[in-house]
Parts: sequence; structure tokens; C-alpha cells
Amino acid sequence: MRIKQISIFLENVSGRLAEVTRTLANAGINLRALTIADTADFGILRIVADQPELALKALADGGFTAKETEVLAVEVDDRPGGLAHAMEIFRRNRVNIEYLYVSLEKTREKAVVIFKVEDIALGMKIVEENNLRPAGGF
Amino acid sequence: MIWNPEAECATREHRRRMQLANLKNLVQRVYDRVPFYRNKLDAAGIGPRDIHRLEDIEKLPFTTKDELRETYPYGLLAVSRAELEEVHMSSGTTGTPVVDAYTGRDLAAWGEGMARTLSMAGAGRGDVIQNAYGYGLFTGGLGVHYGAKAIGANIIPMSSGNTQKQILIMRDFHPALLACTPSYALFLAESAREEGVDIRALGIRAGCFGAEPWSENMRREIEEKLGLRAYDIYGLTEITGPGVSSECEAQNGLHINEDLFYPEIIDPATGRVLPEGEKGELVFTTLVKEGTPLLRYRTRDITLLFRDECSCGRTSVRMHRLFGRTDDMMIIRGVNVFPSQIEEVLIAVEGTDPHYQIILERGDSHLDEMEIMVEVQEKFFTDETRGLEVLRGKIEGEIKSKLGISARVKLVEPKTIERSVGKAKRVIDKRKI
Repeated sequence: MRIKQISIFLENVSGRLAEVTRTLANAGINLRALTIADTADFGILRIVADQPELALKALADGGFTAKETEVLAVEVDDRPGGLAHAMEIFRRNRVNIEYLYVSLEKTREKAVVIFKVEDIALGMKIVEENNLRPAGGF
Repeated sequence: MIWNPEAECATREHRRRMQLANLKNLVQRVYDRVPFYRNKLDAAGIGPRDIHRLEDIEKLPFTTKDELRETYPYGLLAVSRAELEEVHMSSGTTGTPVVDAYTGRDLAAWGEGMARTLSMAGAGRGDVIQNAYGYGLFTGGLGVHYGAKAIGANIIPMSSGNTQKQILIMRDFHPALLACTPSYALFLAESAREEGVDIRALGIRAGCFGAEPWSENMRREIEEKLGLRAYDIYGLTEITGPGVSSECEAQNGLHINEDLFYPEIIDPATGRVLPEGEKGELVFTTLVKEGTPLLRYRTRDITLLFRDECSCGRTSVRMHRLFGRTDDMMIIRGVNVFPSQIEEVLIAVEGTDPHYQIILERGDSHLDEMEIMVEVQEKFFTDETRGLEVLRGKIEGEIKSKLGISARVKLVEPKTIERSVGKAKRVIDKRKI
């Protein structure tokens, strides 16, 4: 399903990540998934939170630069070839993936993968048409 | 060796007589030929006939750098264009350049000033001079060149950069004198060492170093690493380029060629002339300049003047090594840069008022390094690093093309750059010079 991801600009300064997570914790936010993209000078922390609106507000109040982006959350089988199957479907249907990462949650024998795709409407349509399982509970 | 004993060792009285005669002539010339100065002098209620004593110079209005920009390109010309033989311009400006136009006699006077400078550093006929100042609109390269020609030296016109070639030439041609910025001298020493060339053993006797601020500590370091005597030289494009003042072998202040450039020290706040020995803003009047003569040009450099006897025998007034500037101009690898120029680039790229801070350092390379911390604005932030990398590359590219210097841009979080009350601290200079 389409879910909201929050990206946070982080300078490469020690303790900065701790400050973000503390800010979110204090607001009672639970994290479902996260990943960091980094360069030599800065990083971008991407998170999926259980209460995105509240998380955004807490981050803004805490002085962080944060932005909302829509991404796809898809369940894949937690076995060899699970992800490859989903990727093959995306490839065949020309859904360009800009990046992906895996959720912290593991439900049953499934893993939840977060996809940032170029065209989210197309991505969602392909997920639905190909019996890929949108991850619920996100 | 004293290049021109008559001028450099003249008695005070004789020199003052010459200065007064040239000053009268100068005021008459600019009044007759430069509408800008005629208007300025009329407004100040002073004319060529009011100059009776040298001290009357204090009645003349100042000339500022802004006025030089406003009169670009030829507004200050005091001769016909056909009489010009060369034009130079100030380095590193985004806006309007500052023009210095030379007649044949101006070029000869420039060469004369630089001949005195090179002679002070012990160079003479037949000596190989490796000139690693940039040739071009910048006055450093050609200024040294004309001085070297005047003394009959053998010039190697290397221009700036191309370090490996510089070292090769140095190794194979054994220059007697090296001319470049002081930080580049240290960079050369470092690079030579890495290439296994012992620069100390090449027999370079002296170096003429200027175009950027340096210190006694740096002098010691240069002398130790290059095995030569390091001389401080001073000049500025607006006045003529290098050859305005330089150190003799006594290395106790820089002798000003005051027969060519009349110096004053003023209180930058009030414009009042300060007594000799007091620290203030250096002001020059170009006594014999024909192309673009200037009355009381405010250099914004801070120094003091002194006249006690020099062991070298020259009688000219000396200026102390520069103490700093009255404005926020930075000199980065010999290029003059104002924070406002950086700001203009950031505004052009980002479209809004940027929050930034400039950090200057001299690292292991001994060359100036500029880092610009720029706060990331909400509108530029995306979930991908690529967008920000593109933004950073764009700022770096614009600074390089507009200012001619390389800067490292570092993107930082909003509100991390300290906001001070009143004027923001835009520049942090960590260079140990």
C-alpha cells in the first residue's frame, strides 16, 4: 500500500541521529522502518512512522528539516527468491525504483519492503495487478 | 644594491620639493582632463592654485574603490586612449572591475619601481628570475616582468600554477630569485620534497613574496624550507600593481617609492590625517601617473609609517607590514574576495537570502582553503541525496566561474550557523599567518 515516509536532513555530526530518535521517542512515535542515505558531509534519514503527521510535527518543532514522501510498502516471502520475484514484476512493468529498504517488522514468513518508485500510481497499480501483497498495518 | 640612489637616497628636502612640484602638476592635470575630478574638486572648493605646500594635499578629496567602479571603464582617464599602452584590472570581482590604464611612461615607472624592489632582494643583471606570479590582467606577473627587464635579469615567465613544471624549471635553471605568493612558495617546497627535489640545494638566493597577507612566522618557515631570504613586497592594482613598496636587506618595514606614490595614514572613521607612527588606513596619491592618476586613494589597508634611518642607506619612508583591512575583504590565494560576492552567488543559485559562513584555513598544503557552510533550505530538501549534491555542485561551479577561486561547499542543517546580534559573523579566518 501507499504509505508516508519522512525524510530528515542530517549533518554528519556525532550525536545527531541520537537527537532525532530521542525527539521521536519523546513524541511517542514508533518506527516501522528506517534507512540512511549518506554522503561525506550529510545524510538523509528516511523513516516510516506509525503516526506520520505527529512525527513530522515533532521533528519540525525540534528544528529538523523534514519532508514527507509517498512510498510503497509490499510484503514479500521471507525465503530465497522472495524479493527477486517482486523485482522481476516491477522490471517487466517498467516501474523505476529509486531506492528500497526493508522494514524492521517481520510478520509470519513475510518481510516488508519499502519501495521508492518514480511513479507511485503506476507502482501501486502493478502491485495490485500482480498479486503482490501490499503490507498492511503501516 | 640600490637601483636608483638619486631617488631612493634623496634628502628629505629634495624629495619634498619634487613631490610638491609633481603634486601641483597632478592636480592641474586631473582638473583639466578628468571631469570626475574637476567636479569633485569644485565641490570641495579647491583648485590647482590652492596647492602651495605638500600639506595642502590634506585639503584634496579622497578617491574610493566604489568611485573607481562607477567610472569604469575609462572615466578616470587623464590622457587620450591612443596614448595607452596597457590596461590591467583588479582580480576576483563579480561586479565591475577596477581599471588601471598605463601610458608608455607609466609602464616605465612601474618597471622602475619593480627594479628597485628586485634590487633590494639582491637580484641584478644576468640573474635568472623565476616569475610564478600570474600573467594577465592581474598585475603581479607583468609587474615583476617589467622590473626584471629593467635590471637586465633573465626572466622565466612561468606564471602561476603548473607546479610540477615550476619544480622542473627550478631544478634545471637554478633561479637566483623566485617571485610568487608566499603561500605558493610553501606549496612549491612541499611539492618539491614529494618529488624528491631538494629545493634548498638549488641555490635560490631570494624570494619576492606578496599579494596576500603573511607573517614573520611564515617568513621563517619559507626561509627554512626553501633555503632563501624572503622579502615582503606590496602593491595594488589601483595604484600600479607591485612595486609600491618593498623590503630592503634590513627587512625592517617596506620602503615606499614615495617619489612616485605619496603615502598618508588617515583615521578611517574621520578621514583625518594621523601623525607619523600612528596606525590607520593607508592612502596613496599617484604623483606621476599619466593614464589613470588617483588623488588620495583609500586602500583600506591598515599600517603605519616611520622614517627612522635605515641601515641600507635609503631615505624613503617605510610602512609596517600590513596589520589588516578596514573592510571585510579576504585575500584567498592572492585573489581579493568580499563575502558579499559569495552571497551574490548563493542568492543567484538559491533564489533567497542564504545563511552561510565562510571558513578560511591553511592546511597541510600551505595554500588557502575556503569552505562555505550553507544552511539547507526546506525547498531544496528532498528524500534523495542527489538533489542536494546537485545543489552543492552548482554553488561550487558558480563560485569558481564568477570569482575564479575554488571553494568547498558544505551543506548544514538550518539554524546551525550562529546568528549573532546585529551583523552576522560571515567569515572565520583560521589561517595561521
